Amino acid sequence: MSTELATPAPAPSVTGAGAGQARPYAVRLDHVSKSFGSSPGNRQQVLDGIDLTAAAGEFVCLLGASGCGKSTLLNLVAGLDHPTSGEVRVPHGRPALMFQDHALFPWLSAGRNVELALKLAGVPKSERRGRAEELLRLVRLPDAYGKRVHQLSGGMRQRVALARSLAQGSRVLLMDEPFAALDAITRDLLHEELTRVWRERELTVLFVTHNVREAVRLGQRVVLLSSRPGRVAREWDVDIPYPRRIEDSEVTSLAREITGHLHEEIVRHARH
Amino acid sequence: MPATDTEDSRRGARHEPPGRGTGGGGAPGSTDDSDEMASGLDALESPVSATAATSRRVLAKAAPPLAAVALVLALWQTAYALNWSASLPSPAAVWGELAGAWSDGTLLPALGHSLLRCLAGFAASAAVGVPLGLLLTRVAPLRTVLGPILSAVQSLPAAALVPVAVIALGNSEGAVYAVVLLGAVPSIAVGVTAAVDRIPPLLLRAGRSMGAGGLRGAVHVLVPAALPGFVTALRQGWTFGWRALMTAELITATPLPGIGRMLDAGRQGGELSLVLASVVLILAVGVLVESALFSPVERRVLHSRGLASATGR
Repeated sequence: MSTELATPAPAPSVTGAGAGQARPYAVRLDHVSKSFGSSPGNRQQVLDGIDLTAAAGEFVCLLGASGCGKSTLLNLVAGLDHPTSGEVRVPHGRPALMFQDHALFPWLSAGRNVELALKLAGVPKSERRGRAEELLRLVRLPDAYGKRVHQLSGGMRQRVALARSLAQGSRVLLMDEPFAALDAITRDLLHEELTRVWRERELTVLFVTHNVREAVRLGQRVVLLSSRPGRVAREWDVDIPYPRRIEDSEVTSLAREITGHLHEEIVRHARH
Repeated sequence: MPATDTEDSRRGARHEPPGRGTGGGGAPGSTDDSDEMASGLDALESPVSATAATSRRVLAKAAPPLAAVALVLALWQTAYALNWSASLPSPAAVWGELAGAWSDGTLLPALGHSLLRCLAGFAASAAVGVPLGLLLTRVAPLRTVLGPILSAVQSLPAAALVPVAVIALGNSEGAVYAVVLLGAVPSIAVGVTAAVDRIPPLLLRAGRSMGAGGLRGAVHVLVPAALPGFVTALRQGWTFGWRALMTAELITATPLPGIGRMLDAGRQGGELSLVLASVVLILAVGVLVESALFSPVERRVLHSRGLASATGR
């Protein structure tokens, strides 16, 4: 509020879902291509000329069938790999990465998992315990601090993993099908948790999924990737107001439209 | 009367849900709702663990080995009583041999020498084998060269190494230690390498994405992730080292006699009771170290990772 008063120039509006282009970006990919294999014979192009921008605070869902290179894309944004050509820009430092499998360290308690992320992010020892407990409260697991990973259910593990990702202190969260292995009831609940945390923490989320309804239920924007090589095939702005539910008729009808395009992308491969 | 009662309650029940819905509706109500949903799901999905009483657990754990020992003793006594083999001594005679060695003051020093050698040899083997194994996982060319050699040495019986060591180093402690090291180091190094290979790649990827690469990654992710495998490697290293030591003591004439020497004395004197007494001692040390040191450590390491349910209890 105070910044609004202090800034003389007309500040870009940050409220509208469609105002993505005017906002400062959190992730930007310019003509990013990635190939694997060294010799020309077995060279495989996974990503081809991807242009993608996520504005700060935006929730973008990347949708695609198998072979669209979504994991490769996230690896590039996470800085775990480098593009063959093009440029990946993440101005606010290393993004946090969440996987389909919780990837929590089984030798540590839930709280210690979060604390290790805090430690690696350079948080001083005296603050770690308090911050870890606060993050576990944020994902609604106030009593999980001392629990071992194997004592938690699948949904609880993913929530601890979310807390651990947030502990890395990044404003950019990359999610690689994080709820794909969960049952529908738990997934529904975690959708709600994630949108709540996203808004509370003003995160930028890049969420990879192959579940169309999930993408529409969560994202402000849905980007459809084609497969082999991965290209941006189409984009949709999702102007459905939050809170959304996966069974909302607007969600369902947009999902149906996108599914049609996804099927076209898949069928294209059958002809080749 | 009863008919109208049920009708009333039915109507009440029909009207109740919308009433509750408006009461708990709105934005704050819906968060409470999902909070309760979350904790309800958590309670339903958390694994239920049942723990038996301590006394029963101890009994359940101790009974099978005790029964096995009793069975062996009974068979042995029967074989002796029926005089199946002329040279077979009775369990009592073997016990007498042990008691005699205890009272004339040779048992404890022999046991002490052997244990000390094995502990020192094991410590040295671990100090060499663990870093060597880790190095092999980091440096691929080294692994290509050393990997097959280590596997080959691992399969070499200690008895083949003793003459080499004795000729090279004489009838000395050095020769004994050389045999123990050659027995234990390869198995520890190979085990450590395998343990690192078996770390789920996702954990390493997660660690790297959190900024744990290089030395920090090794300390915070790699070593703890491979710890169960490290314990297995060390346990196997101990077993190999202990066997190699007994072979070395049996053949090498070191100034300080160990249990292996007791065994050799029995063999040379043709006293089967002394030989069997030595065998009982060697077995006892093996079982003791296993059950007092490695089993608890392994159980703890596995249990803390939720892996012990199959092997533990």
